[in-house]
Amino acid sequence: MFKVLEKDLLAENIYRMVVEAPLVASKARAGNFVIVRVSEVGERIPLTIADNDPERGTLTLIIQAVGKSTKDLASVPVGGMVKDVLGPLGSATEIGDAKRIIAVMGGIGVAPTLPLLRAYRKKGAEIVSIYGARNKDLYILKDEVASLSDELILVTDDGSSGLKGLVTDPLRERLQSGEKFDLAIAIGPARMMQAASNVTKEFDLPTVVSLNSIMIDGTGMCGGCRVSINGQTKFACVDGPDFDGHAVNFDELIIRQGYYRDEEQHSHACQSLGGEEA
Amino acid sequence: MPRRDPQERGTDFVEVALGLDPELAMAEAERCLNCRHKPCVSGCPVQVPIPEFIQLVVQGEFEAAEAKIKEKNSLPAICGRVCPQETQCEEVCVLARRGQPIAIGMLERFVADQASAARKARKEDSSPDKPEKKYDERVAVIGAGPAGLTCAADLANYGYEVDIFEALHDTGGVLRYGIPEFRLPKSIVDEEVEYVKSLGVNITTNVAVGLTMDFNEMLASGEYAAAFIGTGAGLPYFLNIPGENLNGVYSANEFLTRANLMKAYLFPEYDTPIKVGKRVAVVGAGNVAMDAARVALRLGAEEVYVVYRRSREEMPARHEEIENAEEEGIQFRLLTNPARILGDERFRVRGMECVKMELGEPDSSGRRRPVEIPGSNFTLEVDTVIVAVGQGANPMLTTRVDGLELNKWGNITTYDENGATSIPGVWAGGDIATGASTVISAMGAGKRAALGIHEWLSAKRGEA
Ligand SMILES: Cc1cc2nc3c(=O)[nH]c(=O)nc-3n(C[C@H](O)[C@H](O)[C@H](O)COP(=O)(O)OP(=O)(O)OC[C@H]3O[C@@H](n4cnc5c(N)ncnc54)[C@H](O)[C@@H]3O)c2cc1C
Ligand SMILES: Cc1cc2nc3c(=O)[nH]c(=O)nc-3n(C[C@H](O)[C@H](O)[C@H](O)COP(=O)(O)OP(=O)(O)OC[C@H]3O[C@@H](n4cnc5c(N)ncnc54)[C@H](O)[C@@H]3O)c2cc1C
Ligand code: SF4
Ligand code: SF4
Ligand code: FES
Repeated sequence: MFKVLEKDLLAENIYRMVVEAPLVASKARAGNFVIVRVSEVGERIPLTIADNDPERGTLTLIIQAVGKSTKDLASVPVGGMVKDVLGPLGSATEIGDAKRIIAVMGGIGVAPTLPLLRAYRKKGAEIVSIYGARNKDLYILKDEVASLSDELILVTDDGSSGLKGLVTDPLRERLQSGEKFDLAIAIGPARMMQAASNVTKEFDLPTVVSLNSIMIDGTGMCGGCRVSINGQTKFACVDGPDFDGHAVNFDELIIRQGYYRDEEQHSHACQSLGGEEA
Repeated sequence: MPRRDPQERGTDFVEVALGLDPELAMAEAERCLNCRHKPCVSGCPVQVPIPEFIQLVVQGEFEAAEAKIKEKNSLPAICGRVCPQETQCEEVCVLARRGQPIAIGMLERFVADQASAARKARKEDSSPDKPEKKYDERVAVIGAGPAGLTCAADLANYGYEVDIFEALHDTGGVLRYGIPEFRLPKSIVDEEVEYVKSLGVNITTNVAVGLTMDFNEMLASGEYAAAFIGTGAGLPYFLNIPGENLNGVYSANEFLTRANLMKAYLFPEYDTPIKVGKRVAVVGAGNVAMDAARVALRLGAEEVYVVYRRSREEMPARHEEIENAEEEGIQFRLLTNPARILGDERFRVRGMECVKMELGEPDSSGRRRPVEIPGSNFTLEVDTVIVAVGQGANPMLTTRVDGLELNKWGNITTYDENGATSIPGVWAGGDIATGASTVISAMGAGKRAALGIHEWLSAKRGEA
């Protein structure tokens, strides 16, 4: 059993939770995630380790309550217990020597992006962040992103904050202007990662994405999370979740993510599927 | 073995085999010739004293019979159900040559079930007295499958403090996530795990050693004087044919894990979904394939095919399960090999193109090699494909241990019959050392490793 120590609502249906898991906290690195099972009847769901505090023995999770399992998790009160937390899973991201980074993020993709920004920041890299949301009320952890970035560009679908449009607009503009970057990080909904990778590919800019395929064990045992990378099958839970965005077959990923859509609705009759998948 | 009606059992997850009643069991036991040379015992990987326990059944001493088996095999309720007896103890029973061998597995299951029922009736827990802790050393056991559980139990009985670490949220390994309820009720696995705990063994789930804890540090810090690795063959193989990432293609591991570990067959009472179409092809013909096919049938598939490139004779599954599957209506497409999986415009499986095979010259394994018949391609109309063509060594821990020698398939190399590895103080056994094998051989390896560890630690203490 793992105790919930803190919980805040960051935006509609998005929560920040601090969970006590000392062993995981002592080993977690940027790029890692955990598998969480809320109760005895629960699913095993993957969640990024957005932050870890080895001294306090805690993990920070950012949860977008989109379906039955994420809603169940979000409803655990402070002081309550989560049945299972397994981790840290996945290959930790290799933090290279990139000096100038352009980071594109959207939705819950902020959670996996933050540890990368922190790690690169520590190495002294200069970071330009482009953060997209449907409207201004959906931004989460904006201050934290700002504090880790030398420049923050906000983009909303409706223009309620920052630029109006898509994150790929300023991305293309900056790259077209001839500005030099060594690396792009693009993490968010699959469609966003695909679009961003298409843009960076035109400019030959290496791009890291974080794939969120459906997972069960998270340890390489079931193959359910498989993705095609340069035409080769990889298991996102052990070979990733971070991959080279230019090598990913995003269309396949998106179709595979949708395989259980009918059952998910059945599992939670009153859920609204309006939100983008994380 | 009396079994439930195929029509009825094909729709639920209740155990298929009914077990013997005392009268039948004693009559079967009477047939045993109590051979002086005990050929049957040599067929058992852990040398269960077969004629001795059978004589106790003849006398109606069921609990004593169980105790006799447990001298060598601490999981008789499980082995009686899942051992491939026809290639082990029963194959070499002298009566096999003159008709029916003694149903050793059924008798083993019978005495275990009788003894457990008798204990329950007396409201006794299954545990003997907790063994005395004689030694200060702690031993780490990685993996709570049959190998790890058996090793831990024996180490506790020798008098060591033992900690088991298991990556999943539940214990049992394949016994929990692979073998379905209708073949091995999970209440039996629970009972065995409770027994191991009652010996004082600590079990921590949700710890993936190599990730959650560093194996090298565990040993270097001196916290553990020795360790046993029993992490199993958990890496699913795929066919590497076109179409394998379509929606509707599962590895058997995923399919069975959803159904068994996550109890998707009880969806939506349990949250994990599973999707089974109307027409299912299972590729492979081992126990894993039979289990996947029979689970698919029980989850509502109308037609289930087992597609296998060799002939019936070579099917590696337990004979009883092949018979059970056939009785339940599973259709075998033998001498048939998948060539590619076909998808519809929505990226879902709509069929599997297969090619017919014939048996050619024997290969290195001595089995006749299947060769394609050119131009024999045809399409099996299915909407779900389950790939059950084997599993490789689980690399989660083995790739993260300094100096641990592996063979070219990623299995841990062992240097003696007890499973000593290239690292002093570290033993390994079960599927991670041998490649995918059987429950009883994993158990046997766990027992021998416990002995190896005990001898090594005794020598270190100067007890020789
Ligand atoms: C490595 C990894 C890290 C992740 N990190 C986070 C995180 O930090 N915070 C967070 O909120 N979510 C994260 N996710 C996504 C999260 O696991 C899913 O949202 C969750 O499993 C959905 O479960 P549910 O029962 O609540 O919703 P469901 O009812 O199962 O699904 C609701 C909707 O989400 C889609 N969906 C289901 N599973 C996934 C998935 N694995 N990825 C994307 N979409 C999915 C469904 O198709 C459906 O549209 C991560 C996923 C992966 C693979
Ligand atoms: C579907 C199926 C049906 C089968 N049917 C039969 C049958 O009828 N008869 C028979 O005799 N055999 C059968 N087998 C084979 C038999 O189950 C295995 O040979 C046996 O379970 C091997 O035992 P093990 O202890 O070595 O490994 P496993 O049972 O695989 O257990 C290994 C355990 O280690 C855990 N683990 C792995 N890595 C780590 C880590 N880094 N840290 C912590 N824990 C870890 C795993 O999660 C797992 O729980 C079947 C196998 C399958 C898959
Ligand atoms: S353990 Fe298995 S092989 Fe040995 S006697 Fe029992 S059923 Fe036969
Ligand atoms: S070989 Fe057969 S008949 Fe002989 S002792 Fe063993 S079980 Fe009995
Ligand atoms: S989630 Fe099972 S292999 Fe990745």
